[in-house]
Amino acid sequence: MTTAALSSAPLSKAALFEAQAVKTSARRNRLLSLPALIIIGVFGVLPLIIICVYSLLVAAPYGGVQWQFSTDAYLNFLFQRDIFDDTLQFTPDFLIIYLRSFLFAVVTTVICLLLGFPTAYFMATRPPAQRNWWVLLITIPFWSNLLVRTLAIMFIIRDEGLINNALLALGVIDKPITMLYTNFAIQLGLLYAFLPFMVLPLYSSLEKLDFRLVEAAYDLYATRRQVLWRVIIPLSKPGIIAGCLLVFIPALGAYVTPLILGGGVHLMIGDLIAQQFGSGRNWPLGCAQALILMAAVLVALFFYVRNTSGKVQHG
Amino acid sequence: MAEPRVMDIKDQPGFRSIAVICLLVLYIPVLILMIFSLNSGSLVTHWEGVTLNWYGSALLNEEFHSAAKNTLIISVTATIVSTICATLAAIGMTRVKPWRGLAAAFMIINLPLMVPEIITAVATLSFFALIAGTLGLNFGIGNLILAHTVFCIPFAYMPIRARLEDMDLTLEYAAADLYATPWNAFKRITLPLLVPGIMSGAALAFIVSFDDFTITQLVAGPGQTTLPLYIWNQIRRPMTPEINAISTILLLVSILFVSVSFLIARRRAK
Repeated sequence: MTTAALSSAPLSKAALFEAQAVKTSARRNRLLSLPALIIIGVFGVLPLIIICVYSLLVAAPYGGVQWQFSTDAYLNFLFQRDIFDDTLQFTPDFLIIYLRSFLFAVVTTVICLLLGFPTAYFMATRPPAQRNWWVLLITIPFWSNLLVRTLAIMFIIRDEGLINNALLALGVIDKPITMLYTNFAIQLGLLYAFLPFMVLPLYSSLEKLDFRLVEAAYDLYATRRQVLWRVIIPLSKPGIIAGCLLVFIPALGAYVTPLILGGGVHLMIGDLIAQQFGSGRNWPLGCAQALILMAAVLVALFFYVRNTSGKVQHG
Repeated sequence: MAEPRVMDIKDQPGFRSIAVICLLVLYIPVLILMIFSLNSGSLVTHWEGVTLNWYGSALLNEEFHSAAKNTLIISVTATIVSTICATLAAIGMTRVKPWRGLAAAFMIINLPLMVPEIITAVATLSFFALIAGTLGLNFGIGNLILAHTVFCIPFAYMPIRARLEDMDLTLEYAAADLYATPWNAFKRITLPLLVPGIMSGAALAFIVSFDDFTITQLVAGPGQTTLPLYIWNQIRRPMTPEINAISTILLLVSILFVSVSFLIARRRAK
């Protein structure tokens, strides 16, 4: 290397070196996401593809599948094949369970929103130190064992549970009211399970609310009610949508709650799917049912993406 | 009241009572469960006095031991693996120029959060059945560890990524100016600053694995009973306060880890 080259370009050489280093390290950094992507790809995404394939196969007699193409799983969702003349008859049993689950999920979402919005708003308007406590208190049930929390509800609404015992002792009733293993129990369980899922996203969106806008509204003679409906709620729309989705999707596929509080009698989609893999011994049907649920979830997510991207455009 | 009220513009009437009701609704059932775990009578619903005996009998129970051992093996391994993967992925997805496929990679990482748990459960079950059937492979309890690792990754990933995005990059630039190699800058600057995020993520990963019921129940083979599965097996029999004691232990573990994760995150905010 000549002395001229050395003296004339130390800076550019250093810059070149730096750019090179940044480039290679950026390329290397990118590879860091590989382990996570491989694990989720192999043990998370691949299984989803496998159930797509399984849903198009024939059920083996003792669970599992036989490698033979068939669309029976999807047909069985709506029809039942007559054993004698092989004709298809419309049987709405599964459809009813899906509609029922949908209804449960919608009611859960609406009631959680009605309770969760005021709660989140109240939390967001506390002084910062108090806010932290509220968030921690809502976060604890969010992360607590769902099975145990459902058990706690069961404990209270059983025939010999606290509510019935108290009412019997007070002489209000002379025979326990049956609450466990009813639709009411499932609905109550779902509300209890998913309430924190509504409050937390609402809180994080309400916390960022610009109260100068609220003040401006009052200056323009808005009433409290108008401020709520025309300023606060529209501004917190992203949080409302996120919260509704976070409640609706797991409520639709809920498994633990109907299993324990519905007692295996009042099925929801989640139990129905699990049953095909257990006592039902019809894996293809279970896979088809799971994929139909997945389709419903994707529709919900699609509306979410459309709504939130629209929001960005309006600024 | 005659005198004019001072109006707080943030106030909305009735919201306070609803907030308090929500909190009561969330806590009363679990508090009752916890209180009844101290009941000295053997009937779950009839209060007879305070005792810690049920905790004693729960802790001496052989089945409880093996369930607790399984749970810890699964959740500790899943936490370690998922936290390492999530940390690497968070660095690989924030400390780089946007690359093609970044959005797709982000979606894959978050996929376990979007798919309903029951679908993940039956899909994982089908997957392991398939590789057992065609390749003759069965990882035993490793099946559960792998299944748990998948859904733990996004939970560990979120706080780590948030921490990375909040981080002041000037410190790393300063290190680079002082001739630190990229690796040294990472080891001496980035990693120590990232530790709270990693701990917070690991705590969350541990809880979701420790508490998981749906996926574990469907994927678990014989002899792979975890604590949630143990509770589920018990509630189908006549219930004793022992099950309340075990449930309380599970809740306390969750509360401990959530609080730790929360306090670490709050220290960061200060």
